[in-house]
Amino acid sequence: MIVRDKHLLPCTLILTAMVAAVWAVAPAASQQTTQPAKSQQAAPAQQQKPQPEEAGERIFNQNCTRCHATPEGFSPRISGTIMRHMRVRASLSQRDEQELLHYLNP
Amino acid sequence: MAHSKIIAILSGGMRAGKLPLLMLIVIAAAFEAGAQNTPLLSGGVAWLSSTAGGNTTYNPIIEPLTAVPVGQHLLFESRATLLETFSPSGSTQSGYMHSHFIGLTYLQGDYLANRHLTVVGGSYLIPFGTYNERLSPVWISNFQDGPLIAGIGTMSSGTGVGGQLRGSAVSRPGFSIDYAAWFSALSTNTQFSAERSSGGRVDLFLPRTGLEVGTSYGRLLQGTQENFYGTHLWWEPKDTNFRLRSEFARGQHADGYWVEADYRTAIFGGPESFLGRFEPLFRMQQTFRLNQAGSDGVSSVNTQRADFGLDYNLPHNVRILTSYARQFSSERNENIWETGIVYRFLFPAWKGK
Repeated sequence: MIVRDKHLLPCTLILTAMVAAVWAVAPAASQQTTQPAKSQQAAPAQQQKPQPEEAGERIFNQNCTRCHATPEGFSPRISGTIMRHMRVRASLSQRDEQELLHYLNP
Repeated sequence: MAHSKIIAILSGGMRAGKLPLLMLIVIAAAFEAGAQNTPLLSGGVAWLSSTAGGNTTYNPIIEPLTAVPVGQHLLFESRATLLETFSPSGSTQSGYMHSHFIGLTYLQGDYLANRHLTVVGGSYLIPFGTYNERLSPVWISNFQDGPLIAGIGTMSSGTGVGGQLRGSAVSRPGFSIDYAAWFSALSTNTQFSAERSSGGRVDLFLPRTGLEVGTSYGRLLQGTQENFYGTHLWWEPKDTNFRLRSEFARGQHADGYWVEADYRTAIFGGPESFLGRFEPLFRMQQTFRLNQAGSDGVSSVNTQRADFGLDYNLPHNVRILTSYARQFSSERNENIWETGIVYRFLFPAWKGK
């Protein structure tokens, strides 16, 4: 028990430092974050007026972001297989699968 | 047609002689798949080296993965490991000796009934904690070696042979709750080694804050029967390149935790810039031996370890992994240096029109 108490303080300090670092860099990093290709292609008029979040993007944020970022791209011939593979891990519905296919392969 | 044949074979009980026939039918059914459902070949190829206590070990490794969808609701998937180990012959001899290992990591069939229920059968990765299922592939993990507590709750081999139910209990825009429950029979087969055990995991994910918390339970149902408990916390703030992952696991004979933080330096010119491809890492781990019984793979003495890493993400899914760790225990204190390069591949299993 003494051993555990001995290391509690260093661990707490390390975690606190990491959290502080995130808050310090978060605003700047968010400006640099790459958006999906679809967003970049939006017309200027549409950029001024925010559009409702697309279903595929919402589903991606809701289910996939906990493990990985938006994939760089893959052959359309295996996009359905990848979605099926991810359905098992992320508990997606068949409709989610279709929306994600549309989002990742516009 | 092929789909009904598979069901007939599975329901009739699969003997060893029927396995090749089943594989042929699965491949034939996959050929009939739609344009987007071509079976895939994925995985990682890596060259890893580790120097601990002055001894350097080299590990070339290939981890191929295949996924074959059949019809609208079935998926067959498998991952294998081909590992060669080159290590020093010993203090009295010069040179290196080598050994190799080839084995299936898992081979499972998934029936996706709906988002609330997926039935998994075969040899599967035990869903205890997060490392075994989500971080163990060589092309995903940030550090070469797994956490010190990876053996707690994963029943020695890390795989179960039997069935698993999993899915989403609740899914709302603000939160989602997922579950997984499994039962494994004892298997002494070389390729599908497993202990008789059962357990489950529940996790809550808050997408707006990027926070995930979960709890796991497992019970070994043979030999020194024991319970395992685990909790995990992942935090990946939205629109940042920071990730914090942690896990705590406890068995009747040992417990411990790991906390890992990584940050991709995309703030310097974006994720594809020279500087933006760096990924500094830090991991803190501790294990505590409660008694000497049990075979959970955890060190026989209390151990503390701090890992400092720096990964570099090259184009075309190639990563360079480097790290230094200092490990403290009553047996010995040592420095561990690790370097490696990993390539992740992903392509269709065959050419198409």
